[in-house]
Amino acid sequence: MSKDIRVKKGLDIKLVGEAEKTTENAIISNTYTIRPEDFHSITPKLVAKEGTRVKAGETLFYNKENEDMKFVSPVSGEVTEVQRGPKRRIDGIKINADKEQIYAEYAKLDANANADAVKAHLLASGCWAFIKQRPYDVVAKADSTPRDIFISGYASAPLAADLDYVLEGKEAELQAAVSALAKLTEGQVHISVPRDISSVFSNLSDVTTHKVSGPHPAGNVGTLINKVAPVNKGEVVWTLNAQDLVIIGELLLTGRFNAERVVALAGSSVKRPRYFRTKIGAEVATMVYDNGVDKDGNDRIISGNVLSGKEINPDGNLDYYSNVITVIPEGDDYEFFGWNKPIFNKVSTTRALTFSWLNPKKKYDLNTNTNGEHRAFVLTGNYEEVFPLDIYPLQILKACMYKDLDEMEALGMYEVAPEDFALTEFICVSKQPHQKIIREGLDLMLKEIG
Amino acid sequence: MGLKQNLHSFKMKNKDKKWLPAFNALFTFLYTPNETTHNGTHIKAADDLKRTMNTVILALVPCLIFGMFNAGYQHYLAQGMIESADGFLGASFWTLDNLWIGIVKVLPLVVVSYGVGLAVEFLFAVIKGHEVEEGYLVTGMLVPLIVPVDIPLWMLAVAVVFGVVIGKEVFGGTGMNILNPALTIRAFLFFAYPTWMSGDKVWVHGATAAAGTPDAYSGETLLGAYAQNSSLAGIDYWDMFWGIIPGSVGETSKFLIIIGALFLIFTKIGSWRIILSTLIGALTMGLIFNGVVDAGWIGESSKFYGLMSVPFWQHLIIGSILFGAVYMATDPVTASQTNKGKWIYGFLIGFISIMIRVFNPAYPEGVFLAILLMNVFAPTIDHYVVQGNVKRRLKRVKVKAA
Repeated sequence: MSKDIRVKKGLDIKLVGEAEKTTENAIISNTYTIRPEDFHSITPKLVAKEGTRVKAGETLFYNKENEDMKFVSPVSGEVTEVQRGPKRRIDGIKINADKEQIYAEYAKLDANANADAVKAHLLASGCWAFIKQRPYDVVAKADSTPRDIFISGYASAPLAADLDYVLEGKEAELQAAVSALAKLTEGQVHISVPRDISSVFSNLSDVTTHKVSGPHPAGNVGTLINKVAPVNKGEVVWTLNAQDLVIIGELLLTGRFNAERVVALAGSSVKRPRYFRTKIGAEVATMVYDNGVDKDGNDRIISGNVLSGKEINPDGNLDYYSNVITVIPEGDDYEFFGWNKPIFNKVSTTRALTFSWLNPKKKYDLNTNTNGEHRAFVLTGNYEEVFPLDIYPLQILKACMYKDLDEMEALGMYEVAPEDFALTEFICVSKQPHQKIIREGLDLMLKEIG
Repeated sequence: MGLKQNLHSFKMKNKDKKWLPAFNALFTFLYTPNETTHNGTHIKAADDLKRTMNTVILALVPCLIFGMFNAGYQHYLAQGMIESADGFLGASFWTLDNLWIGIVKVLPLVVVSYGVGLAVEFLFAVIKGHEVEEGYLVTGMLVPLIVPVDIPLWMLAVAVVFGVVIGKEVFGGTGMNILNPALTIRAFLFFAYPTWMSGDKVWVHGATAAAGTPDAYSGETLLGAYAQNSSLAGIDYWDMFWGIIPGSVGETSKFLIIIGALFLIFTKIGSWRIILSTLIGALTMGLIFNGVVDAGWIGESSKFYGLMSVPFWQHLIIGSILFGAVYMATDPVTASQTNKGKWIYGFLIGFISIMIRVFNPAYPEGVFLAILLMNVFAPTIDHYVVQGNVKRRLKRVKVKAA
């Protein structure tokens, strides 16, 4: 079954440095780091203390509120360091990988297993971490039954990894994963696929595919939810990233937690943008410096895409949910009369002496400069042009800022995730941190309403 | 390097000084800052608030230049020293003599408006420790364009201080104000110094000074004349359209305002929804009044007859409704913030402007009052528009439950 979704509002930001479709095996990283902060709102309870030897797929820590929800190691090796922040918060768990990988053996999933068995299996094997829920955009609660499950099979973000390319040949794993997930919901598993292109998702069974077309954020899972069936008060839906289905599928088929992932190394600072086969938590230095960026270059390395990724250091690591590493130049320089001279080399949605409208196909080399200072909200009506959800973006942002829980709820906070506000943040003339405002708003609701 | 490095090290050296926002305001005029994004989007669009404001100012410059020439032209024309110009490019309009009056009379208005207004902005930025925001750049340009040419500078200065402090800063500065600051200044002048802001003497330079002498001449606007059931001699519709008529400094040339409007709409800075709906509102009210006159409910003896019988389309070229629609009503902070709300907001501005114009012959220009009134109601309009979205959301839950 397939339905068409046409997204009109949005903006494709075309950037220089798209990854070429060749995959290399990344030089094997010695150290892997798992950061509990990737799992928003989870309080970790450490199992693997410093010096412990773990197998790939063995528990590193579990959720303090739910002992069954395990978070596992992507590799086998020795836990060398537990980095701690203020109040002994766990910032990172560093693992020195073995040369020969040993996997923890989980049971293969019986094809006729019932929902409870599937759930228990995912929780124990660490695959639960890949399931996020809305409202609140956090790791799904184990006792919840989702109304529907949504997966985006269409990466529309700038410089995103091409899902068809990275998931090529993984149909069996994908099918296993979605079939198992379909048992967990009363509703359906919805997958968005790009229109006109046959996708690895097109022939899956047990799912509803939606052909999506239009500019970014057409491929965002939030857009899919909003167009198919928005989250109402009291409902829960789950969302998963397409590439994580492979890990879930492999676990179900072979019983092994294989954290391998094909990631795109992209961005204008990268000499030869291409794909790498690596693992979750891997140190990015091995990838970014090999035919990538200059050692003394002034660059921003982002785990994730340029719109909602996380800034990391060269010795930082690939985070749990990303399949792209983007490197763009830092923009920490002044620009003479940057506010009034005509601009040809930057993206803009207005035509106020900015000329990106002349050449919509052009690819831009943008840096991290904010192009202006932080201001109060002034302009109106411009966010709506890039925001396809049936929500008033400016009003909901303001409601988050003045922390009016009733209004946040009424305006649709249960439906959104920070990444839905990435484009409005990008075009914001007042340079307001929209995603942070939404994240804080969601956290407040989570704390007060739960 | 040079200047940029020096300024940067100066900023770093003084980064904990209280007056730094004042320095930064000047610095950022020269260079967009070296700020980079943190988490969130790592790239940003090219526009900032300065660019936005600058675009509006660009759209206003032709009106200002025209206003400077017009100040001199009206002055000499009223004294009978020059021939009346024939059309927009008339020989007696674009003369250095005319420009000189403009430089002497209009430029000081601009200087005082910016000088006083920005001083207040800097002061508040330093006291409250935030950066100087750009909102006043447009306000400061609008103010000289909407006052009579002969207004004393001290009066303007007082009004600017009042408008910026009470109209904007007490609400928290740019982006937080309820009323359009430029119109707050205008309203303050109007209510505090009514004799200077209305009547038949203030609109042409020198008319007040000459009053009572044998050389006395009228300084009346067209609207004032219409309100008294008369008209001004020697002015045809094209004069009104080109703008070679008496009036506030910058609002007379409908031609240049339309150019400015097209520029604002093209650059996507001004809301075409508001501009269009304001005009529709004005035309609707004009049509209603025409209908009333046609029906014979209002006789020629009525004091409302003069303006009520003006053909509806002419309302757009007399008075400053067009200027208000393009530059004032579109202020995003004080207008409705939802797209649907903008239609309602604009329509009511146009509608009420013409209503005030007709029913208030003592001071027939109702645009600024109408905009201020709708500024107050804009949040209410938005509230009901947003409630539509909220209700839809609630209905979804009910359908589910049923």
